[in-house]
Amino acid sequence: MPTKQQSQITGELANYKYGFKVEEKYQFKSGKGLTEETVRLISEHKKEPRWMLDFRLKAYKIFMEKPMPTWGSPLLKEVNFENIHYYIKPTDRKSRSWEDVPAEIKNTFDRLGVPQAERKFLAGVGAQYESETVYHSLQKHLEEKGVIFVDTDTAVQKYPDIVRKYFATVVPPRDNKLAALNSAVWSGGSFVYIPRGVHVELPLQAYFRINAENAGQFERTLIIAEEGSSVHYTEGCTAPIYATDSLHSAVVEIIVHRGARIQYTTVQNWSKNVFNLVTKRAIAHEDATMMWLDCNIGSKLTMKYPSIYLRGRGARGEILSIAFANRDQHQDAGGKIYHLAPDTSSIINAKSVSTGGGRTSYRGMLHIAEGAERSRSRVTCDALLLDHDSSTDTYPTMQINENNVAVAHEATVTKISEEQLFYLMSRGLSEQEASNMIVNGFLAPLIKEFPMEYALELNRLIALEMEGSIG
Amino acid sequence: MSQLIVKNLHVNVGEKEILKGISLRVNSGEVHAIMGPNGSGKSTLANSLMGHPKYTITGGHIALDGNDITKFEPDKRAQLGLFLSFQYPQEVPGVKYANFLRQAKNALLASKNEPVVKIPDFLKLLKEKMKLLKFPENFIERSVNEGFSGGEKKRAEILQMALFEPKFAILDETDSGLDIDALKTVARGASTIAKDTNCGVVLITHYQRILNYMNPDFVHIMHDGRIVKTGGSEIVEEIEEKGYEPLMSSSAAESNPVIA
Repeated sequence: MPTKQQSQITGELANYKYGFKVEEKYQFKSGKGLTEETVRLISEHKKEPRWMLDFRLKAYKIFMEKPMPTWGSPLLKEVNFENIHYYIKPTDRKSRSWEDVPAEIKNTFDRLGVPQAERKFLAGVGAQYESETVYHSLQKHLEEKGVIFVDTDTAVQKYPDIVRKYFATVVPPRDNKLAALNSAVWSGGSFVYIPRGVHVELPLQAYFRINAENAGQFERTLIIAEEGSSVHYTEGCTAPIYATDSLHSAVVEIIVHRGARIQYTTVQNWSKNVFNLVTKRAIAHEDATMMWLDCNIGSKLTMKYPSIYLRGRGARGEILSIAFANRDQHQDAGGKIYHLAPDTSSIINAKSVSTGGGRTSYRGMLHIAEGAERSRSRVTCDALLLDHDSSTDTYPTMQINENNVAVAHEATVTKISEEQLFYLMSRGLSEQEASNMIVNGFLAPLIKEFPMEYALELNRLIALEMEGSIG
Repeated sequence: MSQLIVKNLHVNVGEKEILKGISLRVNSGEVHAIMGPNGSGKSTLANSLMGHPKYTITGGHIALDGNDITKFEPDKRAQLGLFLSFQYPQEVPGVKYANFLRQAKNALLASKNEPVVKIPDFLKLLKEKMKLLKFPENFIERSVNEGFSGGEKKRAEILQMALFEPKFAILDETDSGLDIDALKTVARGASTIAKDTNCGVVLITHYQRILNYMNPDFVHIMHDGRIVKTGGSEIVEEIEEKGYEPLMSSSAAESNPVIA
């Protein structure tokens, strides 16, 4: 029986654009709450090798021991680990072609526009529906070049040597409580391997989606770019309406070898009851380039700080972060860069918009290790407030342990001005249109970095979010 | 024939009364110059006509073609054919000038239930108007007013006037901060547009020099929130010779023949 609080949330989410829900049909759904037994069941169900089970059990112990982070958002206290399903497997089949995907699931993707996007320029699609990947396609020429793009469960079975070599080397279970949780119960996610010298021209895309009430999503993504290769990986999230809180806690690990380049683009639009607590980290070796393009629009609370360890001489890192917080939302986002070698360079550019009483936080770390001579870094964070009820705050941390470096930091907070609105409205634009224009202009320098389809989707999502938040 | 009528307009900023009963009647194709020393309320008049939220109308009314627009939002006033060339045009970072102009033009068209203009047609129209105001082609790629020189901002305002084809244009100190070449371009541009479209102009200025390029049909002198004298262009010469001082005597306040 729904409680009063539940029906309230449903009411608030009633406008959610992607908030349709298909009937649940699952082959296996673990009970709520997490026990060692659940962890064993997950591993057994996946017929995993012993080393992965051992890894999970070790991580489970760490999860149980580690306290919740005491920093970050006060909303973090609302996460209830006892009230979450840790594993759901919607179907046994794994499809290579669109025709093989079950109608129900296809229906969901149809409504999200996945096939359209695919037809246009996808090189491969890994779409995560619940905790298991049900659909994978990869263009033939990529396969011929030795590119691997599969769900991580498949990778454990088919490519154990590569997985064992890199898995949990970038984000170990001890890193934080949520990374430990993910390590214990992870399921799905993408495994991408780009062999030496191979350039993947079109972005690899994966759509993620939660569809079961209280279903935690614990995908685990691992991307390796060998020497001199390049790839652009993109993920977009939408989730349907639910009346109780959901948890999404992913781990993404990236290794960029010498002279390689990886761009990782995220459009996060979880429904407004999802806790989105994600650990994303990349290691960039000599002369490698890593770029995170991170856009957070949805969720109730997001705490996510993509990070880059510049480990080799001449490595470059760039983090572009967009956050949009509306009513009852807290976007606590930013980025972390660690300069661990000489001649490394980095850029962090974060822009946030708060409206309707929403809150954004920029949380960043710039670390320059002793000996990382001639490192250069530029950190910029700009916040735009659309009304008096909304808020923003910044937590920039800098640890500079080397003298011979160039570091610049700039932060601005702007409130949308009466004069600007008046100017635009005097040209015939409504207040809503004028506000949209100001917000679009504010975000434009970052949005133009997204692939065109994403840029369009983003502008649409933001316009949608702006509706009703003015006046 | 359109008509903009301002009747006994009283305007406050906060608690302070700035306009103390302004009346004005402007017909299509007429140029009305409003002159006066700093602080006389000229810019308050301009902003109040356009509906700036900071200015509270406490009495009187504004009518455009019989519609009482006193309480209308700025966008509705624009849609009915009112235009303000700003003294200090606002910057909108990240928004390309061409996109801004096209969206605004489409909003104006949509309010009249007219079809939106297609991008190629719009660009053709825009480039034509840009020539008139001597803008280089790459101008429209820049962000709205961001990094513009004073002259570019003012010329861009007149470009908007050319594009939006208002029934009435209020030019708020469009001449301020311009060198003589820029002033000529702006004034001649505005003059040409007004003639071509039979637009009524309210020209607010501190100095007479712009009037050399835009012949006013009426000149109104403002002082302390009132129009203290109205006449033809001969008043301009009077000011040039003697300054504003002699026109500000209390007796002058009585003469206001153009009151509607």
